[in-house]
Amino acid sequence: MHTKTLAELARGLRDRAFSSEELTRHYLERIKRHDGQLNSFITLCEDSALARAREADIQLASGKPGPLAGIPFAHKDIFCTDGVRTSCGSRMLDNFIAPYNATVTERLQQAGAVMLGKTNMDEFAMGSSNETSYYGPVNNPWNPDTVPGGSSGGSAAAVAARLAPASTGTDTGGSIRQPAALCGITGLKPTYGRVSRYGMIAFASSLDQAGPMAASAEDAALMLQAMAGFDPRDSTCVDRPVEDYSAGLNNDIRGLRIGLPKEYFGEGLDPAVAKVVEAAIAELKQLGAEPVEISLPNAGLAVPTYYVVAPAECSSNLSRFDGVRFGYRCDNPRDLEDLYKRSRGEGFGPEVKRRIMIGTYALSAGYYDAYYLKAQQARHLIADDFKAAFEKVDVIAGPTAPNTAFRLGEKVDDPVTMYLSDVFTIAVNLAGLPGMSVPAGFVEELPVGLQLIGNYFEEDRLLNVAHRYQQVTDWHTRIPKGFE
Amino acid sequence: MALKPAEVEKIAHLARLAIDPVDVDQYARNLSDILAFVEQLEAVDAADVTPMAHPLEATQRLRPDVVTETDQRTHFQAGAPAVEAGLYLVPRVIE
Amino acid sequence: MQWEAVIGLEIHAQLATKSKIFSGASTAYGAAPNTQACAVDLGLPGVLPVLNEEAVRMAASFGLATHATVAPRSVFARKNYFYPDLPKGYQISQYELPIVHTGYLDIELEDGETRRIGITRAHLEEDAGKSLHEGFHGVTGIDLNRAGTPLLEIVSEPDLRSAKEAVAYMKKLHSLVRYLEICDGNMQEGSFRCDANVSIRRRGEHRFGTRAEIKNINSFRFVERAINFEIERQIEVLESGGAVVQETRLYDAGKDETRSMRTKEEANDYRYFPDPDLLPVELDAAFIEAVRKTLPELPDAKKSRFMEQYGLSAYDAGVLTASREMADYYEAVVEASKVEGKLAANWVMGELSAALNRDGIEVEDSPIDARAFAGLLQRIGDNTISGKIAKTVFEAMWAGEGDADAVIEAKGLKQITDTGAIEQMIREVIEANPQQVEQYRSGKDKLFGFFVGQVMKASKGKANPAEVNKLLKQLLDE
Repeated sequence: MHTKTLAELARGLRDRAFSSEELTRHYLERIKRHDGQLNSFITLCEDSALARAREADIQLASGKPGPLAGIPFAHKDIFCTDGVRTSCGSRMLDNFIAPYNATVTERLQQAGAVMLGKTNMDEFAMGSSNETSYYGPVNNPWNPDTVPGGSSGGSAAAVAARLAPASTGTDTGGSIRQPAALCGITGLKPTYGRVSRYGMIAFASSLDQAGPMAASAEDAALMLQAMAGFDPRDSTCVDRPVEDYSAGLNNDIRGLRIGLPKEYFGEGLDPAVAKVVEAAIAELKQLGAEPVEISLPNAGLAVPTYYVVAPAECSSNLSRFDGVRFGYRCDNPRDLEDLYKRSRGEGFGPEVKRRIMIGTYALSAGYYDAYYLKAQQARHLIADDFKAAFEKVDVIAGPTAPNTAFRLGEKVDDPVTMYLSDVFTIAVNLAGLPGMSVPAGFVEELPVGLQLIGNYFEEDRLLNVAHRYQQVTDWHTRIPKGFE
Repeated sequence: MALKPAEVEKIAHLARLAIDPVDVDQYARNLSDILAFVEQLEAVDAADVTPMAHPLEATQRLRPDVVTETDQRTHFQAGAPAVEAGLYLVPRVIE
Repeated sequence: MQWEAVIGLEIHAQLATKSKIFSGASTAYGAAPNTQACAVDLGLPGVLPVLNEEAVRMAASFGLATHATVAPRSVFARKNYFYPDLPKGYQISQYELPIVHTGYLDIELEDGETRRIGITRAHLEEDAGKSLHEGFHGVTGIDLNRAGTPLLEIVSEPDLRSAKEAVAYMKKLHSLVRYLEICDGNMQEGSFRCDANVSIRRRGEHRFGTRAEIKNINSFRFVERAINFEIERQIEVLESGGAVVQETRLYDAGKDETRSMRTKEEANDYRYFPDPDLLPVELDAAFIEAVRKTLPELPDAKKSRFMEQYGLSAYDAGVLTASREMADYYEAVVEASKVEGKLAANWVMGELSAALNRDGIEVEDSPIDARAFAGLLQRIGDNTISGKIAKTVFEAMWAGEGDADAVIEAKGLKQITDTGAIEQMIREVIEANPQQVEQYRSGKDKLFGFFVGQVMKASKGKANPAEVNKLLKQLLDE
């Protein structure tokens, strides 16, 4: 069953070829059998999943099932789930049973989806390797000595190993796309404002966006359909109709202009990865697309800009974790200041503390203009580059990550090198555009992702291009050894 | 910009983070590396560029003035570290 | 003395919305702790703010009423600091681009002079919760019911020169926000709070001295006292060769002094930046015009109208328009009674106000409503009773003994205007006091008052005084 696509599973459930309970049990079994090797789940929700599956079976029998009725999925542990621990990969929230549902959680529930459990992630989504998690690193199913990418590393590994047919992720600087690339799955970060951020624990509010992670573009379309839409609880969520993401999947892409930013194919890109990406672009050309060389002259500013904006926002967003109303509190605080400092000092890991400190510094008196304001200006330049590019092209393509999965521990002591893992994904968040990673081949048995970037609210076009590509390639159907 | 350990301690205090004294040098090094990296931005000529705080050029939506929330104190306080008589407790605050 | 005080006030007015500024929780006062603190108010992980339209409308109406600019674009910013009553570790406020700026308010001083006080800005922000220290041993309890209540922080220019001016400004502002119905003005419940920035300088000096900020003063009386204490303190410091330290001070009403709040080891660094969870607030001309249409007649305009329409002095009109409720009451009385404006003003400002003050009652809760009060004035106007008797009738009405006519009837207080009856009483008085009559007639004019008194006494106060005067004169001079 686990080799089937989400679309096939939905059909199977509707045709009563199998029940949701059977399907859910199958995935729960797989998780129990394989996740010891991967550590992709933080919390497994066996009882509630089976209960939901049985409800879905009733829905399916009644003939009025939701669009994802009975489909199991893995939920990134950054989304609040009423009554279920929501840890955000942090000791700070190890004891936090969320008292309410995120809008995304709610929407998936309404669509009938069955939550298998909560997936591992970099602490507060800060990381590119899943090594900053309080719950330990996740192993890449393609090679257990390598990282799955991050921060949605657990979600990516779980889908790659077919421990779940699909999962949710969040992407602040590449946290859906980079792990999708490193684990050989399909991941989509929607336009900023397309999916509600309510109940998704904030890292950097002006950059965070939730999206689907699945085996294929077709499956991602089904997931996104359920996740996207207006939410009055999120002021930054956009009130506009949601496209039918499945309807245009098979559209012809002849004549589609694909921009290839020269900055994405130069220094810093592993030549072997470049080759795979170029082959993928050749495949798109075969399908009738027209590659156009473009330039994003300020691309080089993206990572430094991001590492001012994101820490600045996070330093403020994470102030609420103070040991007073929820979460971790240190033992025997001497006084209020001790309560704050030790609860936060002990509750947060080193990378989170680093980012809080960088952000605190960048916003502090005397440095605001030089760092924060300057970064906001650079952000504008970066966004304008894309605006100019989309005058000439329909979609931009390039590598998702500069390398394949790196070894566990390789970059953990060198934050700046780690940050450069997101060199091609970060600009998309700064601009607020939709971006996607599609499996495009392998280098030494490790997956490579093709990144597709669309204009605002053109998720449907990205999915269309990705789907057409997946019609003529089989990279997305590959399953790592031992998980078949 | 190389941060001195004393500056790291000052920032950590502002952010209310206890840092183990043995780790201060390591933080100073890491943070200095990150700052040196982001200082590439200094070279950018952006004097007349409007700062961009938001990816979308949207404006704030307004919510009607209606009470929609009900009392969920028991539910919300179930996981609180220290509660008494409905109040969250902290060590004595001196004014 | 050669010192001049320079004072600016920051007033926090809680806006009278039903729900909070960024959440749908109730703002009602006095609920059990934390029962009105919803997920957003508690700053639970993942929650987001959405702005209350009514708070925006109220801020805009304040801007229009103070001749200020209502900004077409304003931005919310985060003010970052740690405190247990501040759940998110930051307060959502406005910093560089407030919703209202550059306005003014005219205040009248005791000598009748008018002064224009600049309003630098008024911005929207969320209130914090409350820390409770009593009843717990060694710990503080946090109640977040108030967290997220909308506040309008109104910042004046440093245009005030004395504690009296500061109080006059604050009272005018207090009256204005209540006219606009954007704040209930309840100072005891903290709906209207004041921080005062006070500095002194030598007269003639243009530069400002170093200022101290006195926090959270919650009554007009305390504002006056705190500022006066602070001015004296600063003069003492400077005259003894010291320097004023820029600091935050607390007013201790018990000791009638200000004292320094524990100096923090670092200056506050609030790290303001635009709140990424909220978008810029844009108000178009149509919105602002719609707000303008809802503005009530404001105190200054009402005062001018009262002077013109009812023939009142500036002082009377000022007192009667100080609160919207008082002005409404007065107008209702005049309309219903059809008596002269001045007579109604005297009675509202005299007997009624005294009784309200004595019993600590607001005019809108007066046991004598405007219609009943008008009934009383009508009986004065048509000479049914004299002014003096009217006071007795008023007291009976206040005590709930019925309307004016019922009281007059029950107590038999109807004025005697029958000249025959009055003449009869006068003759009896003349007869009973031959000695005084003789003295009067031989030139001791002062005794006239004695006769009036005797006649009024004989009539139990009910004789029409004008008639008594006239007839008495005639009969004594016979």
